[in-house]
Amino acid sequence: MNQKTSTPQADRREFVAKLMAAAPDALIVTGLGSASYDVFASGDRDGNYYLWGAMGGACPMALGLALAQPDKSVVVITGDGEQLMGIGSLGTIGVKQPKNLTIVVLDNGHFGETGMQRSHSSLGTDLVAVAKGFGIANAFSVSDVDSCASIAEGINARQGTAFVQVLIQSDEPPRALPPRDGPYIKNRFRSALGLKPF
Amino acid sequence: MNHTSAQAPAWQESIFKVLKEGGIRQVAYVPDAGHSHVIRSAIADPEIEDIVLTTEEEGVALVSGAWLGGQRAALLMQSSGVGNCVNMFSLLQAGDFPFLTLVTMRGEYAEFNPWQGPMGRATQAALELMGIHVLRVSRPEDVEEIVSAGLDAAFGAGEKVAVLLGQDLIGRKKWERN
Repeated sequence: MNQKTSTPQADRREFVAKLMAAAPDALIVTGLGSASYDVFASGDRDGNYYLWGAMGGACPMALGLALAQPDKSVVVITGDGEQLMGIGSLGTIGVKQPKNLTIVVLDNGHFGETGMQRSHSSLGTDLVAVAKGFGIANAFSVSDVDSCASIAEGINARQGTAFVQVLIQSDEPPRALPPRDGPYIKNRFRSALGLKPF
Repeated sequence: MNHTSAQAPAWQESIFKVLKEGGIRQVAYVPDAGHSHVIRSAIADPEIEDIVLTTEEEGVALVSGAWLGGQRAALLMQSSGVGNCVNMFSLLQAGDFPFLTLVTMRGEYAEFNPWQGPMGRATQAALELMGIHVLRVSRPEDVEEIVSAGLDAAFGAGEKVAVLLGQDLIGRKKWERN
């Protein structure tokens, strides 16, 4: 069991706000649910792509983006449940090893959006070991907001794929709802990269 | 089975030509024998990223991410993989992403393996239920034109397109190993 209640745990909103502030130019893909709310609450950006569904899709979507934009830092911010549904994508990322991709999993060991049922990460799964097993050597766990500075350094340096498990409290901060209009967030994201409509 | 020296059928070569000339920069795949030439060619091409997937639904999200970053990408899979993608296809509609997938069919023509039948027979309907436009090829001489038409619709009009490569086109699978 990896996410233990006895270990110190970070405040999710504070952690995401500090991380985003320290990586102001990063392109961010969020997993559905609380991770999307955390990122939106920390400040809406044109370079944020919020998923409201497509569970398991945050990591592979970010991989396609990272390969297309090798000179930009790309960050996945998702939860343990969303990451678990797309767990194989860590293997796909482990094969490609994009230097500009960092995966941040906000892990409270629970499915927060559906009533706080316990997830695998509090029932036996060690997500850092899984990531390492899939070939992402730079995989580690943190539980305090002070670690944001060094994580952001890695994001901004683009020197290798990283996987960060952030042990967070299993509270439910107020919902902060990002736009649900997919074409709108797609078009403003692409526009911010200087891409034209077809 | 010989994996390396056999000359690829001309229709498989024409698929890679269409993808390359159509500006495809990422090719994501779960392998199939019918895609083997395109996969080999993508791996060999320094301008194209080849991405092997653990499950096809990753590819739906991946090609959407590629488009978000300004690149055209295509997803290769066999008909069984369509079933793995169903909920992820929501991303294409909700996000309005262009989409091109090439699907090699099983379970529909001289099939030896009964486990391929159920999904093979449901493939086209499953795609259409999720709002994806389906084109089909059965004759080698039509492959280049129809794959090209799918690519143009995807990246010219933002359509979501699946091109089914019929099992009659691909031919019987050889079950004996020499």
